[in-house]
Amino acid sequence: MKLIFEKSLEGKRACKLPGCDVPHAGLDKLIPENMARNTDYALPKISEPELVRHFTALSKRNHGVDSGFYPLGSCTMKYNPKINEDLSKMKGFSGAHPLADETHVQGCLEILYMMDKMLSEITGMEHFSLQPSAGAHGELAGLMIMRAYHEKRKDMGRKKVIIPDSAHGTNPASAAMVGYDVLEVKSDRRGNVDINALKELISGEVAGLMLTNPNTLGLFEEKIMEISKIVHDAGGLLYYDGANANAIMGVVRPGNMGFDIVHLNLHKTFSTPHGGGGPGSGPVGVKKHLARFLPSPAVRKKDDEYYFEYNMPDSIGRMKSFYGNFGVILKAYAYILTMGGKGLKEVSETSVLNANYLMEKLKDHFKLPYERICKHEFVLSGIKQKEKGVTTLDMAKRIMDFGYHPPTIYFPLIVKEAIMVEPTETESLEALDNFADAMIKIAKEAIQEPDKVKNAPYNTAVKRLDEITAARRPVLKWSQDR
Amino acid sequence: MKVIEGLYYSKEHEWVKVDGEKAYLGITDYAQQAMGDIVYVELPETGTELAIGEALGVVESVKAASDIYTPLSGTVVDINTSLEDSPEEINNDPYESWIAAFKMSDAGELDNLMDAEDYKDFLEEE
Amino acid sequence: MSGYIPVTKAQKRHMLDIIGAETESSLFSDIPGDIRLKRDLDIPKPLVEMELYVHMKKLADKNISSEDKACFLGAGVYDHFIPAVVNHVVSRQEFYTSYTPYQAEISQGMLQAIFEYQTMICSLTSMDVSNASMYDGATAMAEAALMAVSAARKKTVLVSKTVNPQYRQVLDTYAKFCNFKVAEIDYTGCGHTDIGRLEELSGDETAAAIIQSPNFFGVVEQMDEAGKVLENQKALLIACVDPISLALLKSPAEYGADIVVGDGQALGNSMSFGGPHFGFLAAREKYMRKMPGRIVGRTQDRDGKPGYVLTIQAREQHIRREKATSNICSNQALNALAASVYLSSMGEEGLRETAGLCVQKSSYMYNRLLELEGFDPLFSGHFFKEFVVKSKREVCKLNKNLAKEGYIGGLHLGKYYPELDDCWLIAVTEKRTRKEIDGFVEVLKNEAYI
Repeated sequence: MKLIFEKSLEGKRACKLPGCDVPHAGLDKLIPENMARNTDYALPKISEPELVRHFTALSKRNHGVDSGFYPLGSCTMKYNPKINEDLSKMKGFSGAHPLADETHVQGCLEILYMMDKMLSEITGMEHFSLQPSAGAHGELAGLMIMRAYHEKRKDMGRKKVIIPDSAHGTNPASAAMVGYDVLEVKSDRRGNVDINALKELISGEVAGLMLTNPNTLGLFEEKIMEISKIVHDAGGLLYYDGANANAIMGVVRPGNMGFDIVHLNLHKTFSTPHGGGGPGSGPVGVKKHLARFLPSPAVRKKDDEYYFEYNMPDSIGRMKSFYGNFGVILKAYAYILTMGGKGLKEVSETSVLNANYLMEKLKDHFKLPYERICKHEFVLSGIKQKEKGVTTLDMAKRIMDFGYHPPTIYFPLIVKEAIMVEPTETESLEALDNFADAMIKIAKEAIQEPDKVKNAPYNTAVKRLDEITAARRPVLKWSQDR
Repeated sequence: MKVIEGLYYSKEHEWVKVDGEKAYLGITDYAQQAMGDIVYVELPETGTELAIGEALGVVESVKAASDIYTPLSGTVVDINTSLEDSPEEINNDPYESWIAAFKMSDAGELDNLMDAEDYKDFLEEE
Repeated sequence: MSGYIPVTKAQKRHMLDIIGAETESSLFSDIPGDIRLKRDLDIPKPLVEMELYVHMKKLADKNISSEDKACFLGAGVYDHFIPAVVNHVVSRQEFYTSYTPYQAEISQGMLQAIFEYQTMICSLTSMDVSNASMYDGATAMAEAALMAVSAARKKTVLVSKTVNPQYRQVLDTYAKFCNFKVAEIDYTGCGHTDIGRLEELSGDETAAAIIQSPNFFGVVEQMDEAGKVLENQKALLIACVDPISLALLKSPAEYGADIVVGDGQALGNSMSFGGPHFGFLAAREKYMRKMPGRIVGRTQDRDGKPGYVLTIQAREQHIRREKATSNICSNQALNALAASVYLSSMGEEGLRETAGLCVQKSSYMYNRLLELEGFDPLFSGHFFKEFVVKSKREVCKLNKNLAKEGYIGGLHLGKYYPELDDCWLIAVTEKRTRKEIDGFVEVLKNEAYI
């Protein structure tokens, strides 16, 4: 499909602006020559109907949750309630300036205040900061808090963070950014953290352990209390990566599992849309002994008035401008109010039921590396098909032909040819059955008609794309002379 | 898996070819196959002094990035700039596609490396 | 049962039977009993859509909106015009309910949109490469500092005190934990970064200097001179810019910037109490592989048709883990999309007109304010859409009075600069009319408030 620049024509334009209604000097007087732009720049020249057609055509080449099933493991692609989109566009929210006088934005402050309270209740923490913009940003804040805590206690020798081999790449990347060396702890045969390996790694040099629970295999770390004791006895902190919190709401709280620091992904667990890669929101919460280190400012309440507390001398500081992705936070707030406490528990129970059901339907057709109850997602291996020369990538491409977004593939790294499926609670039984049928069909095709799978997809806007040339000879923008 | 006589090999699947005081370094056929299609090679700057085990550069494929740690100490005297535009040369001919040339500071370090026979055995065990 | 959960009770029973489980709670038998929550979550009772709407409306109405009062407050977030098409495009579910385009063949829409976005950002900044966007301007700036530290292998980053104070706070947070130092450069009586101090402070350990133009005071900086100083010092120039101003002001490439960052809210994104907005980050080609975040590249499919993919990913956390250039995983794709639609709707001409209106209207208002008793100029440098005036009257009180009359006043600069406690930072975008500006001035003249 042509780029918008290739549809440009001199003389076309969509948006018209009013003339200047104040007496004015010429721009050359207001912007002296030595400050003025001398080089050209190119923006599209296009009329409004053509502009709308262009972006509508682009949108049709994209698969969203409303288009169909989107079982992208570890991303919790659940339905995004429409009312919440409308609420975020109310002029009192969309038109609120972040530096307005506190008395003029009490509604916004109340939402931030209530979210601190409700997320703390859901996770068993003391306080949350809504500032981080995404999960990885929340991790970064959480690890800064970990370091600030140890340093405040003059415990300066802790230079290492333990992370399971099944963890998201953001975990080690965040730890390294904060200056920690990463120790990788391996998983045992049940898919849990290997307790003996953990005991060997733990020492007074360890600042903490980062854990996702249920972990990225979709399995609950059964020995979490033992892990917690090992880490805490050595003076370390326990960090909860909330990527998989959709499995446990109202059932068990990270705070009760011994975690000291938590980040949540509002765009996963709390139904806010993923926006094609963002905006997300990754609030960070902590237990009481760490609350003083949270990002500043915090929202507090006095005599029915909400205000920002800036006097936080031990705070790690500011993580972004203002107070977080407010428009995202308010959608999550509306979602929690819609669900209520029991509703959130039903979310988790149903997401776990859906995952176990789908796992049951698929486990005879793909290798299931860990045979036990899963939580909200499960991991299959395409190793049986690989022996016939059909890779997991091939099967992922083929599933697109059936109108589905593929599951997450090749992650976690410890499962060969991994296929990670997360159905979420917002899928119907009918949708799960249809998806299972398609997956089973592909598993058979892989054996009977391998070339059909290897050449997939067929029904998408483009066929399989050459990622190698893209990386070898990067073309990262359009230019006229190409 | 091709292994060539007359070269030295490291456990990290690098090869070393000695030419007088100079040693050329690249990655083995096994390494390039494991990486898959190579899309970028980050080369060191000439004049860089490196001790054994220090990162000399990076080889990247679409799905992986692998640091190259030098098995010898010395000073980088030459780099293979043709890899900047054609990283695929490593896939096509790994033993001709040297990455950097060293002036060795201690030729005795070569004794710690494997010869072709030993490397073949090593690959069998891998 | 919630309306968002489509599985009935009978269906649940059927599914449990297939699984071979007694009850739903037996699916949680792997969770030790003693840590399970034995009570309901203490959260207000659920609201249905009608109740929720009323509740949220009540909260929204507690806020003052720029739609109801003319907004003269800026300081990093601006009340610019947003054409209706922007909202319509970003409200298409195919965009907003999708995720990071990992699977290219089914995500060509977002990938091509990001490619177009990267092209527009490169064009505006005259840089070679742009990433797919960052969380916001402040984090884009902090990540640019990390990039410079890594590229230059030096540990100090200089930052002008005229850079947005919140951005500097974020930079300080990153510096404190990510192992680099920050030193601040003072400003002159013109409201410019002190180039002499920049020269004195930059040394062998300087990786880069960060200068914002137009700066936090609205003043256009002497970027040419900063560029020269840094070139001599072999340090990078990180320019933080207002994207709309680039329609009129010298492009960062012209004054030798190496990395260009900024906040993109002004391009089609509502203020939304400070987020979500997005940050942009663009650089010269030689820093391409040091860039954080997603980057989209053009390629071909098996039939030779052009298509788009996420590329040069070996920099990123999902591949390089602890050795990644950054831990960032997402971007602000939808906000960047809004910017693309905005810029496409405006075109070069529209953006130039918008920028021109900002300059002319702010200049008009500046002069009108200085005609008043009790208001004095502070800085002599040229400004773009925002300016500082000194006031003999208490700035917070002025803002309170203005609020009563339907105006959102400017920023009390004392909040960030104790030495400027009697100063007021006022923003005038293309949306402000002569009537609003004159009305604002009239309030200040109103004897009742003096």
